[in-house]
Amino acid sequence: MAGRSEVSPDVGTEVTTGVLSPSARSGWSLGRLDPRGAIVYVSLGLLFVVFSILLRNQGFLSQNNLFNIVLQAATIAVMACAYVFVLAAGEIDLSIGSTVALSAMVTAAALQSHGLLFGILAGLGTGLAVGAVNAALVTVAGIPSFLATLATLSIGQGLARSINNLQTLDVSSNAYDTIFGSGAVAGVSTLFIWMVLVAAVAWVAFHSARLGAHVRATGDNRKAAAAVGIRVRRIRASVLIFSSLAAALAGMLYAGRIQSASYTLGETDLLTVIAAVIIGGTSLSGGRGTIPGALAGSVLLAMLNNGLILAGLSVAQQSVALGIIIVLAVILGRDRQASS
Amino acid sequence: MTRTATGANDGHADVRIPALTVSAVGKDFGGIVALSQVSLDVHDAEIVAIVGDNGAGKSTLIKIIAGAEQPTRGELLIDGNRVELHRPSDARRHGIEVVYQDLALADSQEVSMNMFLGREITRTPLKLLQKRRMRAETTSILAELDVHIPSPRSIVRTLSGGQRQGVAIGRAVHWAGRLVLMDEPTAALGVQETARVEQTISLLRERGQAVLLVSHNLDQVFRLSDRIYVLRRGSVAGHVRTAESSPESAIALITGGQ
Repeated sequence: MAGRSEVSPDVGTEVTTGVLSPSARSGWSLGRLDPRGAIVYVSLGLLFVVFSILLRNQGFLSQNNLFNIVLQAATIAVMACAYVFVLAAGEIDLSIGSTVALSAMVTAAALQSHGLLFGILAGLGTGLAVGAVNAALVTVAGIPSFLATLATLSIGQGLARSINNLQTLDVSSNAYDTIFGSGAVAGVSTLFIWMVLVAAVAWVAFHSARLGAHVRATGDNRKAAAAVGIRVRRIRASVLIFSSLAAALAGMLYAGRIQSASYTLGETDLLTVIAAVIIGGTSLSGGRGTIPGALAGSVLLAMLNNGLILAGLSVAQQSVALGIIIVLAVILGRDRQASS
Repeated sequence: MTRTATGANDGHADVRIPALTVSAVGKDFGGIVALSQVSLDVHDAEIVAIVGDNGAGKSTLIKIIAGAEQPTRGELLIDGNRVELHRPSDARRHGIEVVYQDLALADSQEVSMNMFLGREITRTPLKLLQKRRMRAETTSILAELDVHIPSPRSIVRTLSGGQRQGVAIGRAVHWAGRLVLMDEPTAALGVQETARVEQTISLLRERGQAVLLVSHNLDQVFRLSDRIYVLRRGSVAGHVRTAESSPESAIALITGGQ
């Protein structure tokens, strides 16, 4: 009991007022879209204005072209939504590109041999299987996700190539093409509907449900999360399965849209998806993420790609431009606390 | 969360059933005796300190009470009832919460999410987070403990070390039905922040909370505690009432000198 009066009561106020400003700012009304994340919306708006002016004679603003941008963004957005969970949980999944190709090839083969329902189940089953392998490698074998998914990337590529000896497979089921990408319901593209569905589920699950809170806590401080009873192994396994499932769905959407499947599908998607998610404001080091940001990032990259094509840039030049954009986005969105 | 805080813990405290009783607990690792035999108790509205040199067995004892290690012999009693703590979740279920020196908080999350980490208030069936309710409760929990933060929505990373430890203590107190165990709660803090956190710890006693404080800082122990157990080489080398002792005699007990 002795000496407790030494603690002067005004010490506390000194301590608290000294650190008020940064946190007060982070408590603004759109809490989930933190200020760093706002960059993507501003960039998206700016890019749209710039292209609208510079590319007005190339038909940038035509309804058809804008429609194309959204459709191109859709498959990336499907994967990006799941990828927010992966990065926020502090994991990474390098295998999504090969999962896209593998599920497209498996779906096409299964459609040809066993029909519509089996084709769909086989495609989604492929995603589930790859995700389960990734999850087992990470949570059971204890291999870091970077290495585990690097291995499954290679395996997936090999399998996708061997399914039809590097040959393309036709997807000639009308019903399948209608459901996955080429068709429309009440005038709305099914590709777009898939994106909206995935985004809506991801948005609620990540931002409003307990699942998202546990994913962020796991990526933020795994030890602390485990200490309060969060099942971190289950969370880490889940996000890898989400990501593979989304990649499989994306592969099926590609196959439906172009009505064929090839082992080259999704080859460059990993970079695009990570870029979309990071530009959107999700932290590469875990603990933070945003679904609306990832959606905006997907549209931004699709618009950029579209604009550069209209401007007459080659594929090689576009690739360089994408790299530069990613670097800029990472610099602009860098965590100020982490760099200080 | 309410319990009878009689506040009468001077001399007559032993009549009541302790919140926590550690009864002849020992722990061996292979052939090495980490803890030979330790008995102690903590009552409501009481801060009991455990001091001892490195290797005296403090961390083993903490782990046993927190459910992270199982004792080789002896038993733990909560309110006089024997409990088996096989894992940390068992300890939590029995109302024991631990505050660690390295602040087991998720830094990129807001304060209210940390307060309810792993025990979020949700609405079924989708387990939707009741963010507004959690923020409101966070505000009142921290206000009761006189912990000042800009907002329950503040990101933990933006808080000072003292504020963060205040949040960690607030969380522990909110969920601790029986005992708050503090492991070097101010080891990572500066002088002013330490003073602030010590104020918060003192408040816990006034609220009737049973607190077990493990600290290297003897001055702190003498400022805060009601009783002190001195551990040396895995046993209790001394048990004193803080008011009747002095840092010098505590040091003598810790080092084994007379």
